Amino acid sequence: MRVTEQIDAMEVSGTNPFKYLVVTRIMATTLMLPVLVIMADVIGLVGAFLVENMKGDVSLALYFNRVINNLEFVDMVPSFIKSFFFGFSIGLIGCYKGYYSEKGTAGVGAAANVAVVIASMLVFVIDLIAVLISDIFYEL
Amino acid sequence: MSQLQSHGNFPGPPLIEIRDLHKSFGDNHVLNGFDLDLYDKENLVIVGKSGSGKSVLLKCIVRLEDIDSGTLKVLGKNIPDLNNTEMDLVRSEVGFLFQGSALYDSMTVRENLQFPMRRHKERMRGQNEEQLIRSTLKSVGLEHTIDMLPEELSGGMKRRIALARTLILQPKIILYDEPTSGLDPITSKEIIELILRVQTQYNTASLIITHDMDCARVISNRMIILIDGVNYCEGTYQELDAMEEPRVKAFFK
Repeated sequence: MRVTEQIDAMEVSGTNPFKYLVVTRIMATTLMLPVLVIMADVIGLVGAFLVENMKGDVSLALYFNRVINNLEFVDMVPSFIKSFFFGFSIGLIGCYKGYYSEKGTAGVGAAANVAVVIASMLVFVIDLIAVLISDIFYEL
Repeated sequence: MSQLQSHGNFPGPPLIEIRDLHKSFGDNHVLNGFDLDLYDKENLVIVGKSGSGKSVLLKCIVRLEDIDSGTLKVLGKNIPDLNNTEMDLVRSEVGFLFQGSALYDSMTVRENLQFPMRRHKERMRGQNEEQLIRSTLKSVGLEHTIDMLPEELSGGMKRRIALARTLILQPKIILYDEPTSGLDPITSKEIIELILRVQTQYNTASLIITHDMDCARVISNRMIILIDGVNYCEGTYQELDAMEEPRVKAFFK
Protein backbone atom coordinates (compact mmCIF):
# COMPACT_ATOMS: atom_id res chain seq x y z
CA MET A 1 0.00 0.00 0.00
CA ARG A 2 2.92 2.32 0.72
CA VAL A 3 4.41 1.59 -2.70
CA THR A 4 1.16 2.22 -4.58
CA GLU A 5 0.55 5.47 -2.64
CA GLN A 6 -2.63 4.08 -1.07
CA ILE A 7 -1.39 5.14 2.39
CA ASP A 8 -0.78 8.69 1.09
CA ALA A 9 -4.26 8.67 -0.48
CA MET A 10 -5.73 7.64 2.85
CA GLU A 11 -3.94 10.44 4.66
CA VAL A 12 -5.06 12.99 2.06
CA SER A 13 -8.67 11.88 2.50
CA GLY A 14 -8.45 12.65 6.22
CA THR A 15 -7.93 9.13 7.54
CA ASN A 16 -5.21 8.33 10.02
CA PRO A 17 -3.57 5.38 8.23
CA PHE A 18 -1.86 4.31 11.44
CA LYS A 19 -5.20 3.78 13.19
CA TYR A 20 -6.95 2.39 10.13
CA LEU A 21 -4.25 -0.02 8.99
CA VAL A 22 -1.78 -0.64 11.79
CA VAL A 23 -3.96 -0.78 14.90
CA THR A 24 -6.53 -3.07 13.26
CA ARG A 25 -3.87 -5.46 11.98
CA ILE A 26 -2.03 -5.66 15.29
CA MET A 27 -5.32 -6.30 17.08
CA ALA A 28 -6.17 -8.99 14.54
CA THR A 29 -2.87 -10.86 14.92
CA THR A 30 -2.94 -10.49 18.72
CA LEU A 31 -6.45 -11.89 19.02
CA MET A 32 -6.35 -14.50 16.29
CA LEU A 33 -2.99 -16.15 16.98
CA PRO A 34 -4.34 -17.72 20.22
CA VAL A 35 -7.31 -19.00 18.23
CA LEU A 36 -4.85 -20.47 15.74
CA VAL A 37 -2.98 -22.13 18.62
CA ILE A 38 -6.22 -23.67 19.92
CA MET A 39 -7.06 -24.89 16.43
CA ALA A 40 -3.58 -26.39 16.07
CA ASP A 41 -3.92 -28.09 19.48
CA VAL A 42 -7.31 -29.55 18.55
CA ILE A 43 -6.05 -30.74 15.18
CA GLY A 44 -3.02 -32.29 16.91
CA LEU A 45 -5.21 -34.14 19.40
CA VAL A 46 -7.66 -35.35 16.75
CA GLY A 47 -4.77 -36.40 14.52
CA ALA A 48 -3.19 -38.33 17.36
CA PHE A 49 -6.52 -40.04 18.07
CA LEU A 50 -6.88 -41.07 14.41
CA VAL A 51 -3.40 -42.60 14.41
CA GLU A 52 -4.08 -44.37 17.73
CA ASN A 53 -7.41 -45.61 16.38
CA MET A 54 -5.79 -46.98 13.24
CA LYS A 55 -3.07 -48.74 15.26
CA GLY A 56 -5.27 -50.22 17.92
CA ASP A 57 -8.73 -50.22 19.35
CA VAL A 58 -8.85 -46.98 21.35
CA SER A 59 -12.27 -45.37 21.70
CA LEU A 60 -12.75 -41.64 21.39
CA ALA A 61 -13.97 -41.37 25.02
CA LEU A 62 -11.03 -43.33 26.38
CA TYR A 63 -8.53 -41.37 24.33
CA PHE A 64 -9.80 -37.98 25.42
CA ASN A 65 -10.18 -39.07 29.06
CA ARG A 66 -6.53 -40.09 29.09
CA VAL A 67 -5.45 -36.92 27.32
CA ILE A 68 -7.38 -34.63 29.64
CA ASN A 69 -6.14 -36.50 32.73
CA ASN A 70 -2.53 -36.16 31.64
CA LEU A 71 -2.70 -32.49 30.70
CA GLU A 72 -1.05 -30.12 33.12
CA PHE A 73 -0.88 -26.38 33.67
CA VAL A 74 2.35 -26.01 31.65
CA ASP A 75 0.90 -27.86 28.68
CA MET A 76 -1.95 -25.47 28.02
CA VAL A 77 -2.10 -22.15 29.83
CA PRO A 78 1.40 -20.71 29.17
CA SER A 79 1.27 -21.60 25.48
CA PHE A 80 -2.13 -19.97 25.17
CA ILE A 81 -1.08 -16.81 27.01
CA LYS A 82 2.21 -16.39 25.21
CA SER A 83 0.51 -16.72 21.83
CA PHE A 84 -1.07 -13.28 22.49
CA PHE A 85 2.44 -11.83 22.76
CA PHE A 86 3.58 -13.73 19.68
CA GLY A 87 0.65 -12.31 17.73
CA PHE A 88 1.30 -8.80 18.97
CA SER A 89 4.99 -8.89 18.06
CA ILE A 90 4.38 -10.46 14.62
CA GLY A 91 1.73 -7.83 13.84
CA LEU A 92 3.85 -4.97 15.17
CA ILE A 93 7.00 -5.90 13.26
CA GLY A 94 5.09 -6.71 10.06
CA CYS A 95 3.20 -3.42 10.13
CA TYR A 96 6.25 -1.35 11.02
CA LYS A 97 8.37 -2.79 8.25
CA GLY A 98 5.51 -2.63 5.75
CA TYR A 99 4.57 0.94 6.69
CA TYR A 100 8.10 2.22 6.22
CA SER A 101 9.17 -0.01 3.33
CA GLU A 102 11.15 1.47 0.47
CA LYS A 103 9.30 1.95 -2.79
CA GLY A 104 9.57 -0.68 -5.53
CA THR A 105 9.39 -4.45 -5.51
CA ALA A 106 12.93 -4.69 -4.10
CA GLY A 107 11.93 -2.48 -1.17
CA VAL A 108 8.83 -4.55 -0.40
CA GLY A 109 10.79 -7.82 -0.69
CA ALA A 110 13.50 -6.53 1.63
CA ALA A 111 10.92 -5.26 4.15
CA ALA A 112 9.10 -8.63 4.15
CA ASN A 113 12.40 -10.46 4.63
CA VAL A 114 13.54 -8.30 7.53
CA ALA A 115 10.07 -8.49 9.12
CA VAL A 116 10.08 -12.31 9.03
CA VAL A 117 13.61 -12.50 10.49
CA ILE A 118 12.97 -9.97 13.29
CA ALA A 119 9.53 -11.43 14.15
CA SER A 120 11.00 -14.97 14.30
CA MET A 121 13.78 -13.80 16.59
CA LEU A 122 11.29 -11.96 18.78
CA VAL A 123 9.10 -15.08 19.02
CA PHE A 124 12.15 -17.03 20.25
CA VAL A 125 12.97 -14.35 22.83
CA ILE A 126 9.35 -14.09 24.04
CA ASP A 127 9.16 -17.88 24.19
CA LEU A 128 12.31 -18.00 26.32
CA ILE A 129 10.91 -15.40 28.73
CA ALA A 130 7.53 -17.16 28.81
CA VAL A 131 9.16 -20.50 29.67
CA LEU A 132 11.15 -18.92 32.51
CA ILE A 133 8.03 -17.25 33.92
CA SER A 134 5.82 -20.34 33.58
CA ASP A 135 8.51 -22.43 35.29
CA ILE A 136 8.32 -20.10 38.28
CA PHE A 137 4.53 -20.57 38.47
CA TYR A 138 4.84 -24.33 37.96
CA GLU A 139 7.33 -24.64 40.82
CA LEU A 140 5.00 -22.68 43.10
CA MET B 1 14.69 34.34 -14.90
CA SER B 2 11.93 36.70 -15.87
CA GLN B 3 8.33 36.23 -14.92
CA LEU B 4 6.43 36.86 -18.07
CA GLN B 5 2.76 36.79 -17.32
CA SER B 6 0.53 38.35 -14.77
CA HIS B 7 -2.59 36.54 -13.61
CA GLY B 8 -5.07 39.28 -14.37
CA ASN B 9 -7.60 36.76 -15.69
CA PHE B 10 -8.02 35.27 -12.22
CA PRO B 11 -8.88 38.00 -9.75
CA GLY B 12 -9.12 37.53 -6.01
CA PRO B 13 -6.68 36.22 -3.46
CA PRO B 14 -4.64 33.14 -4.33
CA LEU B 15 -5.99 29.77 -3.13
CA ILE B 16 -2.45 28.52 -2.72
CA GLU B 17 0.33 30.93 -1.80
CA ILE B 18 3.91 29.74 -1.54
CA ARG B 19 6.88 31.94 -0.77
CA ASP B 20 10.54 31.00 -0.48
CA LEU B 21 9.79 27.32 0.08
CA HIS B 22 12.73 25.14 1.02
CA LYS B 23 12.69 21.37 1.28
CA SER B 24 15.61 19.01 1.38
CA PHE B 25 16.23 15.34 2.03
CA GLY B 26 19.60 15.14 3.75
CA ASP B 27 22.09 16.87 1.46
CA ASN B 28 19.69 16.81 -1.46
CA HIS B 29 18.16 20.29 -1.64
CA VAL B 30 15.01 19.69 -3.67
CA LEU B 31 13.23 23.04 -3.35
CA ASN B 32 15.40 26.12 -2.89
CA GLY B 33 13.11 29.11 -2.45
CA PHE B 34 10.16 28.16 -4.64
CA ASP B 35 7.32 30.68 -5.08
CA LEU B 36 3.82 30.02 -6.39
CA ASP B 37 0.34 31.54 -6.47
CA LEU B 38 -2.65 29.51 -7.63
CA TYR B 39 -5.84 31.46 -8.27
CA ASP B 40 -9.45 30.36 -8.30
CA LYS B 41 -10.47 28.48 -11.47
CA GLU B 42 -6.91 28.66 -12.79
CA ASN B 43 -5.02 25.78 -14.40
CA LEU B 44 -1.40 26.15 -13.41
CA VAL B 45 1.03 23.62 -14.88
CA ILE B 46 4.45 22.96 -13.40
CA VAL B 47 7.01 21.24 -15.59
CA GLY B 48 10.44 20.10 -14.63
CA LYS B 49 12.85 17.22 -15.04
CA SER B 50 12.45 13.98 -13.09
CA GLY B 51 13.69 14.44 -9.55
CA SER B 52 13.35 18.21 -9.73
CA GLY B 53 10.94 18.25 -6.78
CA LYS B 54 7.58 18.59 -8.52
CA SER B 55 5.88 15.73 -6.66
CA VAL B 56 7.52 16.81 -3.40
CA LEU B 57 5.95 20.23 -3.88
CA LEU B 58 2.46 18.68 -4.17
CA LYS B 59 3.10 16.53 -1.11
CA CYS B 60 4.17 19.62 0.84
CA ILE B 61 0.89 21.35 -0.08
CA VAL B 62 -1.19 18.59 1.55
CA ARG B 63 1.44 18.06 4.26
CA LEU B 64 2.40 14.57 3.26
CA GLU B 65 5.87 16.10 3.55
CA ASP B 66 6.83 18.83 6.02
CA ILE B 67 8.56 21.89 4.65
CA ASP B 68 11.94 23.03 5.99
CA SER B 69 11.24 26.77 5.76
CA GLY B 70 9.19 29.34 3.88
CA THR B 71 5.51 30.25 3.72
CA LEU B 72 2.89 27.78 2.53
CA LYS B 73 -0.73 28.91 2.68
CA VAL B 74 -3.68 26.93 1.33
CA LEU B 75 -7.08 28.64 1.34
CA GLY B 76 -5.57 31.28 3.60
CA LYS B 77 -4.40 28.76 6.22
CA ASN B 78 -0.73 28.50 7.09
CA ILE B 79 -0.18 24.75 6.57
CA PRO B 80 2.77 24.16 8.95
CA ASP B 81 0.80 25.74 11.84
CA LEU B 82 -2.33 23.58 11.52
CA ASN B 83 -3.15 20.75 13.89
CA ASN B 84 -4.31 17.42 12.44
CA THR B 85 -8.04 18.24 12.66
CA GLU B 86 -7.56 21.60 10.93
CA MET B 87 -5.36 19.93 8.33
CA ASP B 88 -8.05 17.34 7.59
CA LEU B 89 -10.51 20.17 6.93
CA VAL B 90 -8.08 21.76 4.47
CA ARG B 91 -7.49 18.38 2.83
CA SER B 92 -11.22 17.97 2.29
CA GLU B 93 -11.03 21.08 0.08
CA VAL B 94 -7.96 19.88 -1.80
CA GLY B 95 -8.23 16.85 -4.06
CA PHE B 96 -5.11 14.90 -4.99
CA LEU B 97 -4.86 12.73 -8.09
CA PHE B 98 -1.91 10.43 -7.56
CA GLN B 99 0.39 9.39 -10.36
CA GLY B 100 -0.43 5.70 -9.96
CA SER B 101 -4.13 6.40 -9.20
CA ALA B 102 -3.70 4.96 -5.67
CA LEU B 103 -7.07 3.19 -5.65
CA TYR B 104 -7.61 0.95 -2.62
CA ASP B 105 -7.16 -2.43 -4.25
CA SER B 106 -9.21 -4.41 -1.73
CA MET B 107 -12.27 -2.17 -2.25
CA THR B 108 -14.73 -1.93 -5.11
CA VAL B 109 -15.12 1.31 -7.05
CA ARG B 110 -18.18 2.16 -4.92
CA GLU B 111 -16.23 1.61 -1.68
CA ASN B 112 -13.30 3.65 -3.03
CA LEU B 113 -15.65 6.58 -3.53
CA GLN B 114 -17.44 6.02 -0.21
CA PHE B 115 -14.16 6.08 1.70
CA PRO B 116 -13.49 9.86 1.65
CA MET B 117 -17.22 10.58 2.10
CA ARG B 118 -17.34 8.61 5.33
CA ARG B 119 -14.27 10.44 6.63
CA HIS B 120 -16.04 13.77 6.11
CA LYS B 121 -19.58 12.98 7.26
CA GLU B 122 -20.25 16.53 8.42
CA ARG B 123 -19.37 17.94 5.04
CA MET B 124 -21.47 15.33 3.20
CA ARG B 125 -24.51 15.63 5.46
CA GLY B 126 -27.80 15.78 3.57
CA GLN B 127 -26.32 14.25 0.42
CA ASN B 128 -27.62 10.94 -0.87
CA GLU B 129 -24.49 8.81 -0.86
CA GLU B 130 -25.46 6.38 -3.61
CA GLN B 131 -26.80 9.14 -5.86
CA LEU B 132 -23.64 11.21 -5.43
CA ILE B 133 -21.40 8.23 -6.19
CA ARG B 134 -23.37 7.42 -9.33
CA SER B 135 -23.45 11.03 -10.56
CA THR B 136 -19.70 11.44 -9.94
CA LEU B 137 -18.97 8.20 -11.78
CA LYS B 138 -21.21 9.39 -14.58
CA SER B 139 -19.22 12.62 -14.84
CA VAL B 140 -16.08 10.56 -15.55
CA GLY B 141 -18.03 8.23 -17.87
CA LEU B 142 -17.65 5.06 -15.79
CA GLU B 143 -20.96 4.48 -14.03
CA HIS B 144 -20.96 0.83 -15.11
CA THR B 145 -17.79 0.06 -13.12
CA ILE B 146 -19.41 0.76 -9.73
CA ASP B 147 -19.14 -2.82 -8.46
CA MET B 148 -15.80 -3.63 -10.07
CA LEU B 149 -12.47 -4.01 -8.31
CA PRO B 150 -9.51 -1.84 -9.37
CA GLU B 151 -7.68 -4.89 -10.75
CA GLU B 152 -10.48 -5.29 -13.31
CA LEU B 153 -9.91 -1.76 -14.69
CA SER B 154 -7.46 -0.50 -17.31
CA GLY B 155 -4.87 2.19 -16.49
CA GLY B 156 -7.01 4.94 -18.02
CA MET B 157 -10.13 3.75 -16.17
CA LYS B 158 -8.22 3.67 -12.87
CA ARG B 159 -7.11 7.26 -13.45
CA ARG B 160 -10.74 8.27 -14.11
CA ILE B 161 -11.98 6.51 -10.99
CA ALA B 162 -9.22 8.16 -8.97
CA LEU B 163 -10.40 11.50 -10.35
CA ALA B 164 -13.98 10.62 -9.39
CA ARG B 165 -12.80 9.80 -5.86
CA THR B 166 -11.10 13.19 -5.76
CA LEU B 167 -14.22 14.96 -7.03
CA ILE B 168 -16.64 13.30 -4.64
CA LEU B 169 -15.87 15.84 -1.90
CA GLN B 170 -16.24 18.67 -4.43
CA PRO B 171 -12.86 20.25 -3.66
CA LYS B 172 -11.90 23.83 -4.47
CA ILE B 173 -8.44 22.79 -5.65
CA ILE B 174 -7.25 19.62 -7.39
CA LEU B 175 -3.59 18.65 -7.45
CA TYR B 176 -2.67 16.40 -10.37
CA ASP B 177 0.57 14.44 -10.14
CA GLU B 178 1.48 13.42 -13.69
CA PRO B 179 -2.13 12.75 -14.75
CA THR B 180 -1.15 11.27 -18.14
CA SER B 181 1.98 9.35 -17.22
CA GLY B 182 2.02 5.70 -18.27
CA LEU B 183 -0.99 6.13 -20.55
CA ASP B 184 -1.12 5.74 -24.33
CA PRO B 185 -1.60 8.94 -26.39
CA ILE B 186 -5.32 8.33 -26.99
CA THR B 187 -6.10 7.67 -23.33
CA SER B 188 -3.91 10.65 -22.37
CA LYS B 189 -5.99 12.85 -24.64
CA GLU B 190 -9.18 11.51 -23.06
CA ILE B 191 -7.82 12.25 -19.57
CA ILE B 192 -6.82 15.78 -20.61
CA GLU B 193 -10.32 16.40 -22.02
CA LEU B 194 -11.82 14.96 -18.85
CA ILE B 195 -9.73 17.26 -16.64
CA LEU B 196 -10.92 20.28 -18.63
CA ARG B 197 -14.54 19.11 -18.53
CA VAL B 198 -14.39 18.42 -14.81
CA GLN B 199 -12.86 21.82 -14.15
CA THR B 200 -15.73 23.54 -15.94
CA GLN B 201 -18.33 21.38 -14.20
CA TYR B 202 -16.91 21.63 -10.67
CA ASN B 203 -15.29 25.12 -10.90
CA THR B 204 -12.00 23.98 -9.41
CA ALA B 205 -8.52 25.43 -9.55
CA SER B 206 -5.94 22.92 -10.75
CA LEU B 207 -2.25 22.54 -10.07
CA ILE B 208 -0.90 20.07 -12.59
CA ILE B 209 2.51 18.50 -12.61
CA THR B 210 3.53 16.92 -15.85
CA HIS B 211 6.28 16.02 -18.30
CA ASP B 212 3.72 15.85 -21.09
CA MET B 213 4.03 19.11 -23.04
CA ASP B 214 0.90 18.31 -25.08
CA CYS B 215 -1.00 18.10 -21.80
CA ALA B 216 0.58 21.38 -20.65
CA ARG B 217 -0.28 23.12 -23.93
CA VAL B 218 -3.95 22.12 -23.82
CA ILE B 219 -4.61 22.50 -20.10
CA SER B 220 -2.49 25.38 -18.85
CA ASN B 221 -3.54 28.98 -18.31
CA ARG B 222 -0.08 29.58 -16.92
CA MET B 223 3.08 27.49 -16.60
CA ILE B 224 6.02 27.40 -14.24
CA ILE B 225 9.28 25.74 -15.21
CA LEU B 226 10.91 24.26 -12.14
CA ILE B 227 14.70 24.07 -12.39
CA ASP B 228 17.21 23.83 -9.54
CA GLY B 229 14.38 23.97 -7.00
CA VAL B 230 13.14 27.41 -8.01
CA ASN B 231 10.55 28.70 -10.46
CA TYR B 232 13.07 29.30 -13.23
CA CYS B 233 10.52 31.04 -15.39
CA GLU B 234 6.80 31.56 -15.62
CA GLY B 235 4.33 32.48 -18.34
CA THR B 236 1.81 31.08 -20.79
CA TYR B 237 2.72 28.08 -22.91
CA GLN B 238 3.14 30.32 -25.95
CA GLU B 239 5.34 32.81 -24.09
CA LEU B 240 7.63 30.11 -22.78
CA ASP B 241 7.73 28.32 -26.12
CA ALA B 242 8.94 31.54 -27.77
CA MET B 243 11.86 31.95 -25.34
CA GLU B 244 15.41 31.40 -26.56
CA GLU B 245 16.79 30.40 -23.14
CA PRO B 246 18.34 26.93 -23.77
CA ARG B 247 17.16 25.35 -20.50
CA VAL B 248 13.62 26.44 -21.22
CA LYS B 249 13.83 25.58 -24.91
CA ALA B 250 14.82 22.01 -23.97
CA PHE B 251 11.31 21.36 -22.62
CA PHE B 252 9.64 22.42 -25.87
CA LYS B 253 11.79 20.45 -28.32
